[in-house]
Amino acid sequence: MSFPRPVATMREATGMPTGRLAVWWVIASEIVIFGGILGSYIMHRLGHPEWAHQSIHTNTWIGAFNTFVLLTSSLCAVLAHQEAEKKNGPGAARYLMFTTLGGLTFLIVKSIEWTNEIKHGYTITSNTFWSFYYTAAGLHGLHVLAGMVIMLIVAADARKGKELQRVENIGIYWHFVDVVWIFLFPLLYIAK
Amino acid sequence: MSSTAEAHGHGGGQHAHGHDHAQGDHGHHDQGWFMKYFWSTDHKIICFQYLFTGMFMAVIGGFAVYVFRMQLAFPGMPVPGWGRVTASDYNALITTHGSVMIFWVAMPVLIAALGNYLIPLMIGCDDMVFPRLNRLSYQIFLVSVVILILSFLVQGGAFGGAWTAYPPLSAKSAFNLTPMGSTLWITAVALEFVAFLLGGINFVTTLMNSRAPGMKMFDVPMVVWMIIIASILFMASVGPLVAGAVMLIFDQQIGTAFFDPAKGGDPILWQHLFWFFGHPEVYVVLLPAMGITAEVITVHGRKKLFAYRTVLYTAIATGIISFFVWAHHQFIAGIDPRMANIFTVTTLIISIPVAEMVFVYIATLYGASIRLTTPMLWALGFIGEFLMGGVTGIFLGASGADIYFHDTYFVLAHFHYTFFPIAFIATFAAITHWFPKMFGRMMNEAWGKVHFWVTTISFNMIFIPLFLLGARGDHRRIYDPTHFPELMRAGMQDLRVLATVSLLILISVQVVFVANFIYSIFWGPKADKNPWRANSLEWHAPSPPPHGNFPEGLPNVYRGPYEYAHPDRGEDDHWPQHEPPPEGAKA
Repeated sequence: MSFPRPVATMREATGMPTGRLAVWWVIASEIVIFGGILGSYIMHRLGHPEWAHQSIHTNTWIGAFNTFVLLTSSLCAVLAHQEAEKKNGPGAARYLMFTTLGGLTFLIVKSIEWTNEIKHGYTITSNTFWSFYYTAAGLHGLHVLAGMVIMLIVAADARKGKELQRVENIGIYWHFVDVVWIFLFPLLYIAK
Repeated sequence: MSSTAEAHGHGGGQHAHGHDHAQGDHGHHDQGWFMKYFWSTDHKIICFQYLFTGMFMAVIGGFAVYVFRMQLAFPGMPVPGWGRVTASDYNALITTHGSVMIFWVAMPVLIAALGNYLIPLMIGCDDMVFPRLNRLSYQIFLVSVVILILSFLVQGGAFGGAWTAYPPLSAKSAFNLTPMGSTLWITAVALEFVAFLLGGINFVTTLMNSRAPGMKMFDVPMVVWMIIIASILFMASVGPLVAGAVMLIFDQQIGTAFFDPAKGGDPILWQHLFWFFGHPEVYVVLLPAMGITAEVITVHGRKKLFAYRTVLYTAIATGIISFFVWAHHQFIAGIDPRMANIFTVTTLIISIPVAEMVFVYIATLYGASIRLTTPMLWALGFIGEFLMGGVTGIFLGASGADIYFHDTYFVLAHFHYTFFPIAFIATFAAITHWFPKMFGRMMNEAWGKVHFWVTTISFNMIFIPLFLLGARGDHRRIYDPTHFPELMRAGMQDLRVLATVSLLILISVQVVFVANFIYSIFWGPKADKNPWRANSLEWHAPSPPPHGNFPEGLPNVYRGPYEYAHPDRGEDDHWPQHEPPPEGAKA
């Protein structure tokens, strides 16, 4: 980890640290990826009112529980950032671990939910609604997983008081993953 | 002047081969061959990796077009170097040619290689803001190259559904007969997108945060602006196609129902996702080419760029409008005719900012002291040839004419008149212009001019016949025209032969370029650090620049990049950006 940083990385012509600026650009590029799949889904859904017969089988309560879990984990990400601002590395790391735990809960609940649905015969190949359902939520799940891995790496550094600026950066990303779910939940679960 | 560079030099004699394998030692910080040229985080080395990989892929794309043009000119005859071309060979070859030339030649050379080389040098910093991300970007790109090449070796061969990959042909192996090839192809494309997303984030962040002190918005050289706008455009347009690629892979391998009408899906969805990216992509590669032209015509015309801000604003306008034109590719795909009207209007509107850019360049050339060096010839050639592509685009943008021209050689000739000037003519302008900086030596001018004239003339001799063929109704995706009497009317086959012979000349003359390029890297006359007497910051660094770029310290910027023939400067017709104003002068 002793990579010598070039002068370029240290400059801040915009007034925003380079790392945070880059996270915003990552999110910008992710928005269009999710925008593409959700836009396609919405157009199809409007054209196929009969999909309501499929979406009736999604479990709104499990979706709501997962929404609650993700929102809580985002709160922990904010608290971690607050600790990082106070230069309290171990405190920030502890909150990041709570956030990761939230992500893990989300994935476990999701896998139980999916197992149940597949058992009842609603698989990714059943029809276009279920193709969208699994693909969109699966893509989101991958982002949750990636966020957890990065968060563990950031937390390991933060515990030693190193690279505390990264706590905020991973937090921004986590909020984004959360917001994507805020779109997925009504589109896939509430709209019956 | 360039002695410091020789001492540090990683240019000059030894250039990097992006696709070479490790053979040096694997030491940690001793800068062994492997670490220096393969595992490097230096933006200039990563430029060379992209550049040489791009050139290597251009050979593959060129070989593919050679084989299928031979088939079209002499149907059924064995092609030297390939043998008899089967229908599935033909499909795989046109797919490979299209996707390789766009995704693995134009993108890596124009955006990745030039962006990597020029952005840090032209904005006066020592590297990209994320050097390791930069290295990762190239490595992912290299993986995509390997996957694409491997797709030729799997059962069924390489994907043959054209570079646009329309389902159901691309989605069902029962139709395309390439169960592995089609998935490897779309995987390679998706990985390539990831590589350029990482690169783009790096480029944009670098420009935003790491400009030299004193370099304001309007002091940034136009080519840097153009690459940045192109990167943002790419980032904003590719997302839906990344999602689309995942959907297509699932349709192919798992049997999902996104593009399958039998299960409630819609094949037209893919066309929307593809062209929502595909049309902005045209401008993603056009804008850097326009930027290169701006640099070359000002340096070799010794004149300030006419209307800097107009060029910048028209580039941004082009970028924004390019998101509203995509369905002009789908006029015959069964879209609502009212929608076709709207897309006709937006398509005609986008020609306004592009035409304005061309007019600004012509105004820049008016009254300039033009030096007809090789890079200048290429830049002038770009303006002229691209104009042909733009003007024929007006016909195709109008839905009435397009319904007749759709999928004919007219369309093909049109977009080759845009893409060839972009991916080759402008790239040659860039390579010949920045060669002294990259390798510290000059290229041979006489051979450069031979290469320019033969390339330009033979290029026109390929595509003017194809315009004529297209106007007579010759369809693009015909493997053997002799099966269709209406495509064998008097003179049509002669035009095909003419195009193919011109292609052979075009390909052969590239040997002159490659020979000149390699010879000049090793034995060309030494270049000083500013052989063209240019203003922008890269010419302040030694040729070639050492690691860290500016051994005398990172420069400050005092003025814009195009102050040529300034009245206050007397005899000296250039005024470098880093040169402090004279004592007592007002800032």
